[in-house]
Parts: sequence; structure tokens; C-alpha cells
Amino acid sequence: MTRMSFREAISQALREEMYRDERVFLMGEDIGKWGGSYAVTRGFLDEFGEKRVKDTPIAEAVIAGAAAGAALAGLRPVAEIMTINFAFLAMDQIVNHIAKLHYMFNGQIKVPLVIRTVGGGGRQLGATHSQTPDVVFAHFPGLKIVAPGTPADAKGLLKAAIRDDDPVFFIEHATLYQAKGEVPDDEDFIVPLGVSDVKREGKDVTLVSYSKMIQTSLQAADELAKEGIEAEVIDLRTLRPLDTRPIVESVKKTNRVVVVEEGWRAYGIGAEIAARVTELAFDYLDAPIRRVAQAEVPLPYNRRLEQMALPQVSDVIRAVKDVMYLK
Amino acid sequence: MAKELSKSELLDLYHRMVLIRRFEEKAAELYAEGKIGGFLHLYVGEEAIAVGGCKALKPTDHLFTAYRDHGWAISRGLDPKRVMAELLGKATGVSGGRGGSMHLASAEHRYWGGHAIVGGHLPLATGVGIEIRYDEKPEAVLCVLGEGTTNIGYFHESINLAAVWKLPVVYLVENNQYGMGTEVGRASAVTDIYQKGCAYDIAHRQFDGQDVFQSYQIIGEALDLARAEGPVLLEALTYRYVGHSMGDPERYRTKAEIEEWRTRDPIHRLGDKMLADGQVAQAELDAIQTGVEDEIVDIVQFAEESPEPDDAALCEHVYVNPMSHR
Repeated sequence: MTRMSFREAISQALREEMYRDERVFLMGEDIGKWGGSYAVTRGFLDEFGEKRVKDTPIAEAVIAGAAAGAALAGLRPVAEIMTINFAFLAMDQIVNHIAKLHYMFNGQIKVPLVIRTVGGGGRQLGATHSQTPDVVFAHFPGLKIVAPGTPADAKGLLKAAIRDDDPVFFIEHATLYQAKGEVPDDEDFIVPLGVSDVKREGKDVTLVSYSKMIQTSLQAADELAKEGIEAEVIDLRTLRPLDTRPIVESVKKTNRVVVVEEGWRAYGIGAEIAARVTELAFDYLDAPIRRVAQAEVPLPYNRRLEQMALPQVSDVIRAVKDVMYLK
Repeated sequence: MAKELSKSELLDLYHRMVLIRRFEEKAAELYAEGKIGGFLHLYVGEEAIAVGGCKALKPTDHLFTAYRDHGWAISRGLDPKRVMAELLGKATGVSGGRGGSMHLASAEHRYWGGHAIVGGHLPLATGVGIEIRYDEKPEAVLCVLGEGTTNIGYFHESINLAAVWKLPVVYLVENNQYGMGTEVGRASAVTDIYQKGCAYDIAHRQFDGQDVFQSYQIIGEALDLARAEGPVLLEALTYRYVGHSMGDPERYRTKAEIEEWRTRDPIHRLGDKMLADGQVAQAELDAIQTGVEDEIVDIVQFAEESPEPDDAALCEHVYVNPMSHR
């Protein structure tokens, strides 16, 4: 184990996979000479050369689509879309092509592609640069959607994504890059896609979350423990395909669920989890499921207003007490 | 012509064009009978481009097209029976019946589809060019698009990237004069589409798409140039005699215009030239026509008698590595 940042874990996963498989290459805006907008690929150009670290024009549609074309021809590209907000410019490639090529052509075409992108608010970047629209991408069959919340998961899931033969949309939270954690050193350390993880055990309430909000949920759980409330925290890690089994098992024990997501509440991850829990474990519920999510507004620039709109530890604590009928 | 074609090659080109035309006419009948669903975009009148272009392609080259794709699929060597079966949604179809008319493909022929979002296949084709350069292969990509596609952002993003990275891609515009019902001059600021190549400082050329010799020769030269140097933009001037898709009321053009283009019909031009050069006798051309009628009977019979996909096919191939949805 080595203690490292989320950024270092992502960087290490890319480097290891590039050494392991010469068909893995990177392409994206300013990932080479600049070193990446979030410094994930700093030094890669010198280490691997222009063939494998390709600076692209600012043209998201062709970044996503050309990476997919290279993938169907046999390479294993990792394309970087600078932020998830810009992925909307590549939306047609992602949902109309990348998600469908394997199915529509009867399995003749494979697209072993990873699109890495950066999402999330909290950095005063204003409404167009601060979104958490993960659920939009998770809507489409054919894509695998991954959003890690810890350095170890970031490394293990990214390596799994690169080795997977399906297109994976890999969402890194902008405010997690500095987060530190223990990461296994094994070069074949893999976190399998499509498996949710219990990040903290507890018997009183189930917190379901992922990405940055795992950290928020774990902080809330620590605070609640001081009051004698033991929260179980489940990290989805992969949004599609969604692994609900640990959630159902947890609900059978706690009988109460709070879903914590950074995106908007309406039609969100929480809505999906709530629906599945009612389908699979309705009889075990002792309280309505609560959703902690972003206020239904485009995120404002002003720091105080922005933080008001984003889910906070105190919001999670309040929701837990509500489902436990505590004041 | 730089490359002389033998008599058997010429007859093969003639046969392919006749086969595509009769295939398309038969598809229209089957559509009217309700045996083909969805949209159906026919290639009638444009046959010389696909037949000439696929003659120029090497087996190791790659092909992408838009949704007016039957002629390209057949020209590339896909079994016409399996193409028709796809139109009928059958399990024996080239895409297992899950693609339909607009989504034909065959990995074996390096024909990567058959794409129905205007411009959506341009980035994909460009990306195959990345792989070719990455692995230093002597291959090229032929990416076929309509003139209406040259107004969409994908056209710019793709050709710009291909030019910056010198990718071996030929972007072949089939200018059939109308994007659905809007004529080129009402949709594009530049009506000589090939001139758009100037914007990227790449080789660009216009040719008569109703002449199979020009298609073969010029597309072949462009593929070689792409292999050696980088992307090329070609514009084939052509015309579809039928509507954009089935059910097109065709209020946007005159019968006289269609008749004028029919005077330059690519099949007749090839036949007339071979006759005038004394290379073939009329009886040989007639025999091809008759033979195609028999082929069409077999094609339709195969498609109609083929089984439907079974129910289990519904959920196959969503993922290469599926994970249980728990």
C-alpha cells in the first residue's frame, strides 16, 4: 500500500496500463505539452512520446468519435474530455454511436474505449462548468458509467475500464484530486466494474452514494456516530450497470435509506435507487426514502450561494434524522 | 484511363450496377407490400460511385457510409441475399436483423456501417485512420457522405483533425443535389462542395459520379494519395432518380430535371461505351440483365424464407462483457 492522492492514483493507473499494453494511448485537449488541465498526465508526453500522447484540437465530437474509430480498429484509446460539461458537445457520438455500435451491428464491432472526464461543482466555475450530470450518461444501455470516490477505487476501476472491451465513461470529481488514501501497489490491482462496495458498516441507516458524495457521506456517518447512530455507507462506484445487491442487503438490516448525490434531485440517481429499493425491499422499509441532492438551480458563481446549492454534511445528517424520526 | 480494365472487369462493373438497380427497385416493391419497415433510402441513379469506388478499394481498406448504403454494401462484396434479409429484419441479415436498411455492416469486409445520424460516421472513419498510422499499415479509409453533411460540424472537426494528423482518409461526397428536399444552393454557402477542401489545405477534386470509369480512377488515386500523404476530399456529382426515402412527395423538383439526369444514366453509359468500342455484343448485356432477374428471385426468396431473430437475440450484444443487472 502507498498513500497517494486521487490524482496520483489516476495517473499511476494510466501509466501502468500504457506500459502493460502498447495499444493503449491517450488523446485529448492539452494532455501532452500542457500536462492535462488537472495535471493527471503531466510528464506523459516525455515518457511515452507523441504517438501515444496526442494533443487534439478543441473539438469534443471528433475526440470522442475518432477515439471510438481507433478502438473499433483495434487500439485501446483513453480519450480525455476536459470536463463533463463539454461532453455535451460529444453527446451524439457517445449516445448515438459509441453506446450502440456493438448492439446495432450484431456484435461485429467492439469499442474498447475509455472516455475520462471531470465533473462536479464547488470550485466557483459558474453554471456551465460545474455540473454533475452523471445520470444523463447512465441512461443509455451500451455504456458503462464509472465514478470513483476514493484513490484506491480510482486506480482499480480505471485499470478495469481500460482492460474492458466495452466503452466506459469514467467520471472524476474535480474536488477529489487532492483527496488522499491508501492504494495497493500491485500492478494488477483491479476493482471490477459493476460492483457496489460497503465503505462503512452500520445498523441504523443506509447511506447510498458515490464519487465526491461518498466523502461527504462518510463525514456525516462519523458525526452521526458521535450521537450513537451507526450509518452504513454504500458506494455505487459504477452507475451502469448498477449493482443493487449490497443496498438491498443493507436495507434488510437498517430499514432506512438516504441517497446522497451531487446532481439534481429530479430524475436523478436517488430516484433510481429509491425505485429499485421499493421494487426489491419495500416490505423492509420503516420510513420513506430521502434524497439529498443539489438545489434545482443552475449552479451560481458566488461561493456562499454555490455551497448552499450543493449537498453538505449537515444536509445528510438532517436527512438521516428525518428517516429515523429524530429531531 | 490510366488503368485499363479487361472485358471481364467491365462486364463485372456493368453487372454490379444492374444488380444494385434491380435490388433497389425490388426493395421498393417489398416496402410497398409492407415487408420492409422503417425508412428505406434507395441508391437508384447513383450506382456508378459505389461500384467504381469499391473496385478501387483494396480488401484491407476500410469503408464507412451514411444510410443510403445498400449499393455500397453490395459493391463491397456483402452477399446481396443477406443485405435483403437485413432489410426484412431477418436473423440471416448482415446485422442480424437488428440494424435494418440504414445500418448494414460487415466486419469481415471492413465495412463499418451504415450510419444514420448525418455526419456521425465521419469521426469514426477518421479514428480508423489513427489506427492505420499508429500501426504504420498501408491501408486507407473511404468515408462516404452526402453533400448535406458538409454543412454539419462533424465535417469540419473530422477533416481538420485528419489534416493536422495526416490521416489516410478519403472523404467522398456524393452530391446528389438535394439534402432531403433542400437543394444544395439553399443549404451550402459553397455549392462546389469540393472547394471546401481549401479550408483544410488538402487535396480536393470534383468528378462525374455518373461515370463509373471516373469513379474507379479518381477514388483509386485519392486512396493512394491518402495512404502516402493524408486526407483527400472528393465530390462526385450525381443524382437519385427516386425520392429521398419511401413516401417522399418530391415537391421540390421537376420531372424534367429527373429526365435530364436520366440521359446520363451510368448503366446506359457503360453499356453504350462497351458497345461503341466493340468490346461486347448487345446479347451479352441482355444476358446480364436476364441473369440479374434470376438473382433477384433468389435474393428475395432467401430473405423471405429466412427465420426471424429468436427472442433471446433481444438482449444479446448490449455489452461485450455483460454484467448481471442485480
